[in-house]
Amino acid sequence: MEEFSVLIGGRAGEGINRASAVLNRMMARLGRFVYMYYDYPSLIRGGHNFAIVRSADHAVRTHRDRVDMVLCLDSETVRRHEGRLNPGGVLLYDSSTVKEAEGVPVPLNEVLDAEKAPPITRNSGMIGAFCRVAGISWPLVEEVFVREFGRHAEVNLRVARRAYDSVETQFRVSGGNREPMPVLTGNEAIALGLVRGGLDTYIAYPMTPTSSILHFLAEFARRTEITVVHPESEIAVILMALGAAYAGSRCAVGTSGGGFCLMTEGLSLSGMAEVPVVIVLGQRPGPSTGLPTYSCQTELLFARHAGQGEFPRLIAAPMDADEAYVWSARALDFAWRFQVPAILLVDKTLCEGGYSAVIDPDMKISTPDVGTDASQDEPYLRYRVTPTGVSPMRTVPSKGAVIKVNSYEHDESGTTTEDASVSATMQEKRREKVRTLADALAGFEPVAVSGAGDARVGVVTWGSTGGVVLEAVEGLALRVIRPVVLEPFPVDAYRAAVQGLDRIVVVEQNWTGQLEQLLRVHGFATDARVQQYDGRPFTVEDLASRLAEVV
Amino acid sequence: MATSDLITPATNTWCPGCGNFAIEHALKDVVARMIDEGTPADEFVLVTGIGCHGKMADYLGINSFYAIHGRTIPVATGIALANPDLRVICCAGDGDCYGEGLEHLVFAAKRNVDITLVVHDNRVYGLTTGQYTPTSPLGFPGRSTPAGSPEYPLNPLALMVGAGATFVARAYSRRLPQLRALIENALSHRGFSFLEVLQVCASFYNQTGYYDEHTYDLDPEEFPIADVDRALHLAREWDYSRDSRISLGALYRSRLPTYQEHLAAQRAGIREPGRAIREFLDERT
Repeated sequence: MEEFSVLIGGRAGEGINRASAVLNRMMARLGRFVYMYYDYPSLIRGGHNFAIVRSADHAVRTHRDRVDMVLCLDSETVRRHEGRLNPGGVLLYDSSTVKEAEGVPVPLNEVLDAEKAPPITRNSGMIGAFCRVAGISWPLVEEVFVREFGRHAEVNLRVARRAYDSVETQFRVSGGNREPMPVLTGNEAIALGLVRGGLDTYIAYPMTPTSSILHFLAEFARRTEITVVHPESEIAVILMALGAAYAGSRCAVGTSGGGFCLMTEGLSLSGMAEVPVVIVLGQRPGPSTGLPTYSCQTELLFARHAGQGEFPRLIAAPMDADEAYVWSARALDFAWRFQVPAILLVDKTLCEGGYSAVIDPDMKISTPDVGTDASQDEPYLRYRVTPTGVSPMRTVPSKGAVIKVNSYEHDESGTTTEDASVSATMQEKRREKVRTLADALAGFEPVAVSGAGDARVGVVTWGSTGGVVLEAVEGLALRVIRPVVLEPFPVDAYRAAVQGLDRIVVVEQNWTGQLEQLLRVHGFATDARVQQYDGRPFTVEDLASRLAEVV
Repeated sequence: MATSDLITPATNTWCPGCGNFAIEHALKDVVARMIDEGTPADEFVLVTGIGCHGKMADYLGINSFYAIHGRTIPVATGIALANPDLRVICCAGDGDCYGEGLEHLVFAAKRNVDITLVVHDNRVYGLTTGQYTPTSPLGFPGRSTPAGSPEYPLNPLALMVGAGATFVARAYSRRLPQLRALIENALSHRGFSFLEVLQVCASFYNQTGYYDEHTYDLDPEEFPIADVDRALHLAREWDYSRDSRISLGALYRSRLPTYQEHLAAQRAGIREPGRAIREFLDERT
């Protein structure tokens, strides 16, 4: 079975997220590439949660509408999802809560009673039954449970075993031909990337979809030198980060659109004072509170324009966990090297999706040197004007140096000025950094290109949507162009990427066409668009049919 | 060191008679003395907000972060987090930290972060030419409240004692030796030090006569200083609106583990990122 998808659903509070993590891991242990989509409303109890775990022997970064198995912990799951089954697919249902369904009954109440197990283990019973039906060997089930549940594995395994024995094998999900790969959520990949980039301090106020970076790093900090802080508001978050950066700490912060609104004044301060910070901006549908646990791509132009005044910034939008790891590390390193704010623009789909990750723990970042050695400067001038616009940065305390940073316009020493000529010089210095930054980024594949070499039609997309686009265009003569760096916009790389194309279709998850607008600002035409704004990511089938209408 | 070395060549633009001069010189004197006594000059960091007080960043020749309105405290907290050995002095205005950034003030006290906050409380917005602030009296005829402020003033000292500040004091810009001593006490206190300075605004709210007449000095020997009830009683003696005596000096002081100390106790482990990442990936395979 080359490709295999399983959906598990139930009420919020029944542990669907945990169950899908176990399923994802099970498939990964088989040596398959995995992807997990988790769909849940913004509440703690009740409401319908479901997850789709898709795996294959090639990289997968998105889910399909159709699945091969549906695991129902309640009748709502049967009602909503039985129609997704592929021909030959199997539906498993908890026969103690679901009265009638076409499929294989699993008597979970009886299983739990027999094992004297708590209700929270119900999902383990369903997973046990699934594994038997899908032909997964018991030793593998045992191994995954032990790894996932640690000291709680025993009771979960007893429940799983009893359910495993209550059903029959119907087919066999084959193993892949590779060593098992680690499974990470996008947020975990981002966190590890920041660590790789030299993170000292992570500061955040909880907000979906980036809260789990805060949780992950807070745990991670217990065995590393990292400091994690959760302050009173997003305003405090970014200002604390700037203070810490000034005192020599590499900082990142994480939020979503609403929190980013509060950070904009601090963002502008970062631009003016040239004190670096990395902001992980996880998009979710607005306006305002919107759909807190769903996905979109509506903050590209906000991220690009946020903050008063004009100043350089870096915006990168990775597609999947691997790119998230690489670009978080780079964002941190570039922000410090060029002394600019860097925004890692992601979304709920990437943040909370689960991926097979191919990441190098020892990855070198090799940000180009732009002559920022401050050791020789005497007297030290924090804003020394240089040909690159980048001044040598020292942080406090620095022997013999007085380091002054300033939110007002300032001279080279950091002292406030209102002088016209100094003001213009400093604006030009900051403007020059945009060029220096763009030049440096040109060496890091700022625009990813793939697909048919002789294509006449190009599909342009960004961020996590790239994952579904790559699959939806399979078999079609289309070129896929993904600007990963969105600011400073990689004009030359994009021009080269669209060379020879007659028609450009832009796919993104918003209704104002934000990437499209950005392309036009830079003089690039577009011809058609595919947009989605219901909070749900495109599925492969849906996008393929919508693309067929416009290419 | 010569205290003149701590004054930069930047042109001073405070009004003649401004209370900021006294605070500047008191700060300079204390810092110079501490440097003479062995604190490295580069370990002092000044954070200021926006308002007349903020110009201190340009005028004092020490490390400085000239931040934005209302946000001095989170910047100072970040600096103190990154390096607990630094001497972080945070100068803020009354509009700046009792108005726009009030939440940060409460949280700094709640956390007992080891920074020193000096509030230049002139009870009027000077730089924006004369509006009421959170500590202006009821009926204050500011430019945004020409018929008189309809609000009761905030009592910052009572607020700080209530919020858990471990050093709470009030000074007056025309009592220089006491101001100097209180800055010194605040800087040597481990934990969040709150020092309010009643400051004369020569242009928009000159209360010199009133303060000269109503202030009196607390005798620190007179009462147990770590007494919250006594501190609250003293803090409430004057409500910033009605006539009463105004105490000057330290109202409250106690020693509690600081925010940085709590964090340091939790920090441990691997320094090498590659190793930490590899270990995690193994767990996730």
